Amino acid sequence: MKYAYYPGCSLHSTAKEYGDSTEAVCRELGIELQEIPDWNCCGATSAHATNRELSYALPLRDLAQAEAMGLDVVAPCAACFSRLKAADHAAKDSPELILSVAAKSGLTYEGRVKVLSLLEAIAAMPEDEIKSRVKRELTGLRPACYYGCLLTRPPKVAGFDCPEHPKSMDGLMSAIGAEPVEWPYKNECCGASLALSRSDIVVKLTHDILSMAKRSGANCIVAACPLCQANLDTRQAQAEAKYGEQFGLPVFYFTQLLGYAFRIPKAELGISKLMVDPGAVLAEIGAG
Amino acid sequence: MADAVVEERVLVSDDRTFLSEIEELSGQNIKSCYQCGECTGGCPVAYAADIMPNQVTRLVQLGMDKQVLRSSMIWLCVGCETCATRCPRGIEISRVNDALRETAIKRGEAVAEPGIKTFHETFLRSVERMGRVHEVSMLGEYKLRSLDLFSDLFLGAKMFLKGKLVLVPKWIKGMSEIKTIFAKTKRDA
Repeated sequence: MKYAYYPGCSLHSTAKEYGDSTEAVCRELGIELQEIPDWNCCGATSAHATNRELSYALPLRDLAQAEAMGLDVVAPCAACFSRLKAADHAAKDSPELILSVAAKSGLTYEGRVKVLSLLEAIAAMPEDEIKSRVKRELTGLRPACYYGCLLTRPPKVAGFDCPEHPKSMDGLMSAIGAEPVEWPYKNECCGASLALSRSDIVVKLTHDILSMAKRSGANCIVAACPLCQANLDTRQAQAEAKYGEQFGLPVFYFTQLLGYAFRIPKAELGISKLMVDPGAVLAEIGAG
Repeated sequence: MADAVVEERVLVSDDRTFLSEIEELSGQNIKSCYQCGECTGGCPVAYAADIMPNQVTRLVQLGMDKQVLRSSMIWLCVGCETCATRCPRGIEISRVNDALRETAIKRGEAVAEPGIKTFHETFLRSVERMGRVHEVSMLGEYKLRSLDLFSDLFLGAKMFLKGKLVLVPKWIKGMSEIKTIFAKTKRDA
């Protein structure tokens, strides 16, 4: 399988470990990622929150490049995925609006590209393809699979998995020998882009999610979005201090755990970049 | 706030201009909301807001523009799409909030959550300058502009030591295209 790869801004910096583990795991799985040569930021929340036309024009420039490559797009970041997919959806749903935005921005997009999240692309593979590469079963690892909001929502745009109780990531975790817990907060919001401007809200939502994961018997969280991962990982100590609860839940990217099960070297997966130390959990499952 | 809403109700007129404007910009049939409150029940930030998501649609229906445009709710909405997923009338309230924010900025209305607006502006300025977001300079600029200089210093230092912060920004090649996109999609205000 070959895709046009849209890494997005975070995978080059704060979520470098997501970018590194994505590339390593896709290599192993035979998924070829060809980076969109001169991709630009999708505009994320800030564009759609304040300027509708800008929120379509920015991703359209990326989709136009992918269309020229003749490939479907894979975006690991849930927010990037959501913005690219929203622009593509609007191109089909409200073509007159998108045509006018594209024309005045000097862009051409004919709507021939399919946009997938990385989770969707990997979950679409036959389970045996995943299982056959496992060199270390993650028995004893009990992840709470955390999908966040935008991988599945709104359903008519995302068009993937279930927006209330998704299972694709749980399936991948089971395939590598982990035992995902049943829990009700798979899609609860972490506060996302309020991380800096209203960090009090993010700390509260982070607390609620971590607390539910802990009560459901999880010993780690698995995420598929740099914003979700960053909020649950970097704000975990503050949530513990503010609410007087101990979590100690490492927050992995699903690609890190796939890579770990495939015995890809830890350095290529950026395991050491996680803020909550995963050492104890990995040692506990005898896979350290 | 609840009292204020009741008091203002006498001022509601037959003028549907505001409702039409927001329906057009959001692409949503706001008239069809029948106040079930499902959006409010699932909203992760409602606890911190002055009015509830179902009150947002009601105020728009009634044409009470100032009350809704000056609310903190429209700024606190992070676009999690829970309301859009669950609304039995198929209204994406997240899109309604997008349209209300854009309208509030265009009209120069008082902003109930100035820090959130500053964040969005700083983020987009980074994209306009480089084509991508350079997180370190964006965060620095946000700190200066919001005068919130000292929170998260320790966290930032730890992230730096983990090699999660890239200090040197990179520009994309097609900067002239990015300039065109920003110039042509500028708001009228």
